[in-house]
Amino acid sequence: MKGSEALLKALEKEGVEVIFGHPGGAIMPVYDALYDSPIRHILVRHEQGGVHAATAYARASGRVGVVMATSGPGALNLVTGLADAYMDSTPVVAITGNVPRTLIGTDAFQEADVTGVTMPITKHNYLVQEVNDIPRVVREAFHIASTGRPGPVLIDLPKDVQLSEFTGSFDVELDLPGYKPTTKGHPKQIERALDALEQAERPILMVGGGAQHAHGELLAFAERTGIPVITTLMGLGAFPGNHPLWLGMPGMHGTVAANRAIHHADVILAIGLRFDDRVTGKVSRFAPHAHTIIHVDIDPAEIGKLVRTHIPIVGDARLVLKEMLKGAKPLRLASWWRELEEWRTRYPLRWKPRPHLQAPEVIRAFAEATGGHAIVTTGVGQHQMFAAQYFPVARPRSFITSGGLGAMGVGLPFAIGAKVARPEELVIDFDGDGSFQMTLQELATLVKYRLDVKVVILNNGYLGMVRQWQDLFHAKRYSEVYLADSNPDFARLAEAYGLKGIRVERKEDLMKGVEAVLSADGPVVAEFKVYHEEGVFPMIPAGGAAEDMILEHPAEREEVEA
Amino acid sequence: MRHVISVLVQDHPRVLNRITGLFARRGFNLESLAVGTTHVPGLSRISLVVSGDDRTLEQVEKQLNRLIEVLKVTDHSEPHVERELALVKVHVAGVEERLAVKDIQEAFRARVVDVAQKSLILELTGDSKKIDSFIEALRPYGILEVMRTGAVAMSRGERTLKVREKREAV
Repeated sequence: MKGSEALLKALEKEGVEVIFGHPGGAIMPVYDALYDSPIRHILVRHEQGGVHAATAYARASGRVGVVMATSGPGALNLVTGLADAYMDSTPVVAITGNVPRTLIGTDAFQEADVTGVTMPITKHNYLVQEVNDIPRVVREAFHIASTGRPGPVLIDLPKDVQLSEFTGSFDVELDLPGYKPTTKGHPKQIERALDALEQAERPILMVGGGAQHAHGELLAFAERTGIPVITTLMGLGAFPGNHPLWLGMPGMHGTVAANRAIHHADVILAIGLRFDDRVTGKVSRFAPHAHTIIHVDIDPAEIGKLVRTHIPIVGDARLVLKEMLKGAKPLRLASWWRELEEWRTRYPLRWKPRPHLQAPEVIRAFAEATGGHAIVTTGVGQHQMFAAQYFPVARPRSFITSGGLGAMGVGLPFAIGAKVARPEELVIDFDGDGSFQMTLQELATLVKYRLDVKVVILNNGYLGMVRQWQDLFHAKRYSEVYLADSNPDFARLAEAYGLKGIRVERKEDLMKGVEAVLSADGPVVAEFKVYHEEGVFPMIPAGGAAEDMILEHPAEREEVEA
Repeated sequence: MRHVISVLVQDHPRVLNRITGLFARRGFNLESLAVGTTHVPGLSRISLVVSGDDRTLEQVEKQLNRLIEVLKVTDHSEPHVERELALVKVHVAGVEERLAVKDIQEAFRARVVDVAQKSLILELTGDSKKIDSFIEALRPYGILEVMRTGAVAMSRGERTLKVREKREAV
């Protein structure tokens, strides 16, 4: 057996069913072996599409996503996706070919120091020097990627190693003396946390992406205690977006209720989140009345990194919540809820009605038509925030977006990965005209595998989020954000790829358009021409605090005092 | 504040790269780094000198611990022995200077490891402050080269950088 076959066998042993990838010279032996392998391969048109698809596959399924690429340029095209998976703690294993060992370090054709390049954006990486190490490296890579704080792991495999005769064993025992994640929370700390909550007058529960797998326990804990729940962008879906205890998303484009709740909270229970600056705003002004912050995270380095923590609990969100449930009691929060209720009803999410078709109303229409029962992926920009605001996903692992890295172009490949992972689900990619054009070649992948994905492009003819910031902070000097003069006809573009193309331009055609998208048999690209100068509100300007929240464009500004 | 940190690592290729890269990208201030093998095959020990407040130091330790190949991290805030080795090549113009340098050498208990017509190489071990003073004392004579290893440290007494039970203590 060759190294290449040993690799595939090792992947099989890890339960890998599908690999996203793109072949090339230095990975050809593995592709040759793949020809006879039961593992399914999804051929993407660009390696970036492959790694994003593998990421979404992981996030939608809870399993490890696998992507494969050749050396040098192929491997380097994975960089954005690896960084995205790293920032959003997603278990991905990337396999890259490399030049033969004898050529490493000689600037050979298609050579790049890929382990060097990816060191800061992977949880760990390997350059395999010995063919018999393959099963051990694969075992370790999957273990490291999927346990503790999940993250991407890269395996770089020189071509001659792939071609060497494998004589080793697949029976490998994990020996990682420096890697022992703590999963069970400390009982004393859990007890302290419950005490603090019991004495709290204005407690809140903040939930991040690290709690997506703890949705059952979360729901039970929230319902038992009656505590208000806030979910970050990465936490959307971990708690049902239609639940009365849910206050929405916090931070820069969060709801008034969520941000005010944080501002006035006395005890904060934060689970599986990392206090990103888009959530906290200016850290020194974050949650000024909170005398106790309880932080549950599996990564000890996250605790106290940005926000002071009074009760640190290192552990897995699900296991910690399970323990907390045992001692959780109903909290007396009637007066707190009266306050929250007032904010919620007085400042709901809303958009300023205009004669034009508007992005928020398109998303809201899809949310209503589906009842929130869809896997939503997004690109990055205004449409992403609108989707987060107006599509309250009902279930976990159903809102897949680039949170930490904010990588434009993820929407379509994310939808591909999600659909491969959960083929029975309705998958909608809400995309922007700018974002979509960064990876649109993956339409070919949709066609090749007949993946029934609904791509909804909210076309405002601008790089909308940049335009919004230029509007607010750069005196409307719209430097290099105009796209409408050179955008393609997206519906015809879709048709060129052999997909159904739909275009909706007028407000009165909205419902018909939504219906056409949802009832279409197979993948669709639908372009909704939306108002070109829409802004995402509410908004807390970068570096601001909850008190600085603005509800609408300053031209008709209404300050919200915290 | 200055801290000396000891790190026990698996001596895999690129492990130093991972550590220095971590310091660079997280903006930690790394003053010196010294590495060597231990008596346990496959394990190396690194001494780092880092400056920063308590919060930074906490992050330095936690981020180091996140690295898969790092087995143990200790901040030497407790009583410890700290040593650095320096080689100093100093210019000696004539007999007078040679005698004066010899006085300094004796006062610091340094050793002469190379003698040439117009220069000497002196070797000194000690904590970093002692080496600083030694270099200052020699400066008037004309220092030609200085090579310092960076500090290495070890806790006093019973405390050791332990790995897990199965392995031998280091």
